[in-house]
Amino acid sequence: MKLRAVLSQARVELRLTVRRGESLLVTVGIPVGILVFFSKIDTLSDVADPVAFLVPGILALAVMSTAMVSLGIATGYERHYGVLKRLGSTPLSRAGLLSAKTLNVLAIEAAQVFLIVVIGVALGWSFTAGILPAVGLLLLGTLAFAGLGMLLAGTLRAEANLAVANGLFLVLLFLGGIAYPLDRLPGVLQAVAKVLPAAPLAETVRAVLDHPAHLPGGYLAALIAWAVLAPLAAVAWFRWEE
Amino acid sequence: MSRDVTAPPVPAIEVDGLVQRYGPTTAVDGLSLEVRRGEVFGLLGPNGAGKTTTVETLEGYRTPQEGHVRVLGLDPVAEGVALRPRIGVMLQEGGIYPGVRPLEALELFASYYDDPDDPERLLDLVGLDGARRTLVRRLSGGQRQRLSLALALIGRPELVFLDEPTAGMDPHARSTTWRLVRGLRDEGVTVVLTTHAMDEAEHLCDRIAIIDRGRLVTLGTPAELTRAGAGDETRFTAPPGIDRSELAGRLHLSAGAVREERPGEYVLAVAARPDLIVDLAVYLRDHDLPLTELRTTRHTLEEVFLRLTGDRA
Repeated sequence: MKLRAVLSQARVELRLTVRRGESLLVTVGIPVGILVFFSKIDTLSDVADPVAFLVPGILALAVMSTAMVSLGIATGYERHYGVLKRLGSTPLSRAGLLSAKTLNVLAIEAAQVFLIVVIGVALGWSFTAGILPAVGLLLLGTLAFAGLGMLLAGTLRAEANLAVANGLFLVLLFLGGIAYPLDRLPGVLQAVAKVLPAAPLAETVRAVLDHPAHLPGGYLAALIAWAVLAPLAAVAWFRWEE
Repeated sequence: MSRDVTAPPVPAIEVDGLVQRYGPTTAVDGLSLEVRRGEVFGLLGPNGAGKTTTVETLEGYRTPQEGHVRVLGLDPVAEGVALRPRIGVMLQEGGIYPGVRPLEALELFASYYDDPDDPERLLDLVGLDGARRTLVRRLSGGQRQRLSLALALIGRPELVFLDEPTAGMDPHARSTTWRLVRGLRDEGVTVVLTTHAMDEAEHLCDRIAIIDRGRLVTLGTPAELTRAGAGDETRFTAPPGIDRSELAGRLHLSAGAVREERPGEYVLAVAARPDLIVDLAVYLRDHDLPLTELRTTRHTLEEVFLRLTGDRA
């Protein structure tokens, strides 16, 4: 695996991601929009500190938008257009390609986190501790959502993948404890939400940013399970040609 | 494994008893052939003959179900890591990021190889220097094909696979591509190309394999393939109404071998040997007849192709 090849691959993929307006809408527009909107209207008036509630959830949403939606849709279209197939006959290995995609995702996530933290602070958010555990959890979430995104990208047709990835994003946004607390949902939906990957990520990040020692064990276990199973499923079922 | 220095170099490609099936369909059915180093080798056949499956097996995309293949002496699947830096591939479906620009794509692919060609030079060579900053999705089909060709060449390959390289190209782009392929051969690069265009195969290829239903039908140089069929003709144009039996006698032909296809257009059912031309010229001079056109025709590759593969129609 050549470092030079991986770095140029990552650079080009990053450039392509930035060129796709719709991808920026999902990765930047929606998370920032929800953060600002829900911190200003008073749906969260009974929550002690609305911004402190929102920021961790929005960080989880950002990870979901990049690792699942943006990565998955881009990869699905690369598969559709035969780009993945064409790369298969170059010296760039699959490991090299995956490394480049990982770098691309991490670079965008770093920019998202920076932007969300800056806006959060501007809205009055103050954080003291739990940064490192939060970063670890977001990386774990990245594994889970990238696995899901790649699973969809490698099994569905490009158009179906586009629809499913966006639909899943919306469902996980509603059932993720992101824009409002999970306890606002009816009991059945709450139970479902707790085992889907979004709520475990949002809730664990929220917990460690609130108090580093508080790590809800059930959510953590669910998050780890997704971070292991989704990539394994992607590896098992991913097809390089559509 | 020791190498005997006197041994001939490994062939560029060896295919031995290759079988590939998709469900109930047998795409390649016991194909064997060899491609020599430095030649331009054409793989011809009707749609569904197994050309692309064969080429994709050689490129390492498919594992042979039966038989085996060697590319530059290597197993394309098991030894793909060693093989891929040495080959260049142009797929039928471009396989280029639609959102990338030609120069970016070439620079990206250049980074995969240890000693790549110059992206600017290649862009110029395929005639895309004017479109270097145009997004791939806005390029015409022919321009995309040319970019795909340039990408196949960026790693200075020893062996290039071109799957229908000129499909969708205008005549100008096609001639650029032909010149490029000839240039590759001059540099000693082995080229394997599939095509539907018989003139392309005839002009470019040193040897041609015609395959049908996954089997090798014939293999040889274009001259050998076109010579193999009888039916050579000599055609000439002169004033109408020449006495055909008299002419046939002077040319030592049977009367039936001379036809006047349209008034003034004569067909002799033999090849234009020099003595025939002399006899014809003497006859026309003796009768004071002008000769306005004289040509000899041979079975075209297209006719050979249709005859060998056409029995399903």
